[in-house]
Amino acid sequence: MLLPGGESSDLAIETHDLTKRFGRQTAVAGIDLAVPRGSVFGFLGPNGSGKTTSIRMMLGLVSPSSGSVRLLGEEMPRRLSEVLPRVGALVEGPAFSPFLSGAANLRRFDSADPLAPPRTRGARVEAALDRVGLGHAASKKVQAYSLGMKQRLGLANTLLMPRELLVLDEPTNGLDPQGTREVRALIRSLADSGTTVFVSSHLLAEIEQICTHVGVMSAGALVATGTLDELRQVGAARVILQTPDAAAARRVLVGLGLALLEATEPDHVVASVAEGVGGDGDGLRPEAIVAALVEAGVRVRGFSVEQPSLEDRFVALTGEGFDVVQ
Amino acid sequence: MFSSLLLSELRILFSRRRTVALLVALAAIPILIAVAIRLASSPGTGRGPAFLDQVTQNGLFVGVSALVVAIPLFLPLTVGVVAGDTIAGEASHGTLRYLLVAPAGRARLLVVKYLGAAAFCIAAALTVVIAGTLIGAALFPVGPVTVLSGTTIDVGEALLRFLAIAGYVAVSLLGLSAIGLFFSTLTNVPVGAMAATISFSVASQILDALPQTEWLHPWLFSHYWFSFADILRDPVSWASFGDNALLQAGYIAVFGALAFGRFLTKDILA
Repeated sequence: MLLPGGESSDLAIETHDLTKRFGRQTAVAGIDLAVPRGSVFGFLGPNGSGKTTSIRMMLGLVSPSSGSVRLLGEEMPRRLSEVLPRVGALVEGPAFSPFLSGAANLRRFDSADPLAPPRTRGARVEAALDRVGLGHAASKKVQAYSLGMKQRLGLANTLLMPRELLVLDEPTNGLDPQGTREVRALIRSLADSGTTVFVSSHLLAEIEQICTHVGVMSAGALVATGTLDELRQVGAARVILQTPDAAAARRVLVGLGLALLEATEPDHVVASVAEGVGGDGDGLRPEAIVAALVEAGVRVRGFSVEQPSLEDRFVALTGEGFDVVQ
Repeated sequence: MFSSLLLSELRILFSRRRTVALLVALAAIPILIAVAIRLASSPGTGRGPAFLDQVTQNGLFVGVSALVVAIPLFLPLTVGVVAGDTIAGEASHGTLRYLLVAPAGRARLLVVKYLGAAAFCIAAALTVVIAGTLIGAALFPVGPVTVLSGTTIDVGEALLRFLAIAGYVAVSLLGLSAIGLFFSTLTNVPVGAMAATISFSVASQILDALPQTEWLHPWLFSHYWFSFADILRDPVSWASFGDNALLQAGYIAVFGALAFGRFLTKDILA
């Protein structure tokens, strides 16, 4: 089906030059996001990089200073009442009325959705609670919930109706490792059923395991975006050589066009390759490097090629202070 | 659906412990008055709030006496708490953003919140009158009521008049509720909105008492707060009720518009 706007129909979220200024401070500086339908899109960046403000603009909570947002092919916030029932959202942590039970809170949010049928409300709330493992705590007041339970309840709230898009802001915040694994499994199962999942995090490790696409925010700007593989390939691979003949090895590597890096151990030589080094492709092959080294009389005791880790990539993109999981 | 959201709002408002506590406090006013009068054996001296000296002859007057006592402070206080909490309370819990992405719709949510506050005004006035009538009937003789015009109406008619008075008082509080709703859209701190609303009611009553601001009196939302006695005339004089309803409608229009103007464009950052 071709929607008005043509190519927009295959994007779940599309922003164009989206900008938000608070007074003199620019929280979001002209980001162009394209989240394909069916993807699990990781929205990554340090705390304070503008992720939550971007999400608030996408959901119509905050109006952009300039730029536009299309959600599921529809213009926001003009078509908000048509679009948002198809979107489940967890925004900046879960929030509930503490004096109501978990189930009562969900019933309340559900009754605010004009398209949610009241007759099936009880059953849908129960099913959503069971899906996040909170069935036993349904009638407990939220003020007695732990942070992890509130996070699960927030996820249950996004699952009250069938959704085409889930926007999850830091969904594993406050969860223990077991809970984090469960949330990942939940996101995977939702993605498998065709739901587009847009998940923000400041923790790289979480994103890397479940995402197909990634966007990286830094200081309000989108500094990189693409599939996970695309992001991995950008950046130089490193050659790590273990040898007693370090000086000779360095000469050979420089002769082959590699850039020397600082080695952490005395009998190691580390160098980076601008072109891709791997088993295939047109780049410099690892075996060719080893052959050149041996030919020059370098005693090769260990040799490895490392693709840059995503973590290196993100630190490079976002600079100091990036809150990477240790 | 609108009715779904409204029902949910009313259910939560009236099952909330705080709301129940406010209503219990309001019910305590006539009970305190009745018990105090019952314990003091001497008959009324004619001093004290209106209707108070008639209580010993007819228990039905406890409700109206309690209204007179509650109107300057207690009633506006409870209305200020509920109306000031409408939007700011949701913002402080963070639930405002989840209601809006549900999507409740900003205009729809504001209307539902106002209707909730209005329902509380009705409940508050009814609580005072009903608790007063019950305790009055329990502690004092009950009989036909002599109204302000000197004629007498029977008990059934009198009870209907008291219900009408509760309605009159509830309507009187609608303007203040709209003011509270507007303040509530300005802040994420409910206590701030509550305090501002209650201060407004005090300021309005002070201005209404100063002869120097007489030109302003008919425009003050508290101007008709004590005029409900017109219901106790024979025949009932509805003139002040009409003026009051019109005045309150004006406040609802002005502060409702301000609340809409603020809330529909507000960045929800809480």
